[in-house]
Amino acid sequence: MPDDVVRFCFDVDGDDFSSAGAASVEVKKRLRQLGISPEVIRRVAIAMYEGEINMVIHADGGKALVEVTPDEVRMTLEDHGPGIADVELAMQEGYSTARENIRSLGFGAGMGLPNMKKYTDTMHIDTEVGRGTTVVMTVKI
Amino acid sequence: MTATVKLDEISRALGKEPLCGSLDKEVCGCYAGDLLSWVMSHASYGDVWITIMSNINVAAVASLTECACVIMAEGVEPDADTLKAAGEKDITLFSDQRSVYELCCLVGKVLCKNE
Ligand SMILES: Nc1ncnc2c1ncn2[C@@H]1O[C@H](COP(=O)(O)OP(=O)(O)O)[C@@H](O)[C@H]1O
Ligand SMILES: [Mg+2]
Repeated sequence: MPDDVVRFCFDVDGDDFSSAGAASVEVKKRLRQLGISPEVIRRVAIAMYEGEINMVIHADGGKALVEVTPDEVRMTLEDHGPGIADVELAMQEGYSTARENIRSLGFGAGMGLPNMKKYTDTMHIDTEVGRGTTVVMTVKI
Repeated sequence: MTATVKLDEISRALGKEPLCGSLDKEVCGCYAGDLLSWVMSHASYGDVWITIMSNINVAAVASLTECACVIMAEGVEPDADTLKAAGEKDITLFSDQRSVYELCCLVGKVLCKNE
């Protein structure tokens, strides 16, 4: 394995709204230390935040892995939540299953998955109902 | 594009000190909104972010977007943990009675004056 890959791992807590976004804030800080350009950092931060929030509000938490190679930033978000029955539907802007208590916090606009796609170069969703969801996204450096 | 001004000019225009955070930051623009996904993807570095949201997730979004400050409008006040998180992240936070519209106008005036 080439050692020009930098890896960060994070546990994303499921029942803790107060720390939601903590992994994204940390990734942003680390990428800045690595000298990654502000535009790349901005795109990673948006995608990562949306993915992290989805794990918190829809999947009771999960794990985030961020790998930085000389060419790209790769984010892998893995959870063992309920899975997504219809990915095409979930990808539509405005579609959300978030409940009212979540919406009142400013989430559940149904913009998360569309934003993750929009701000990354590649995005792949691997999901199975009852088993969980893994989202892999890359942003070219 | 508007010219940048210092955050203390916003503080002076509001007629108040922030609840936490420093005033030694540059302001480049303004964004108003409450849906965090929208704010995440539309607010940018140096914006004054005007919102009626007060929960702790405001602190994470403010930090990620690197906005200059957050103004909680319409008399909304931050939750205790929001204030604590904002303090720890050096996020400058104001709370104000005025409406979102009135605050946008006020910030707009400060930015235009310096154009
Ligand atoms: N990690 C996940 N596990 C289970 N369901 C998910 C996950 N991420 C997204 N979803 C489903 O896809 C829908 C759309 O997601 P998104 O576009 O982020 O909007 P929102 O999070 O605002 O509901 C969610 O409402 C939810 O039903
Ligand atoms: Mg979402």
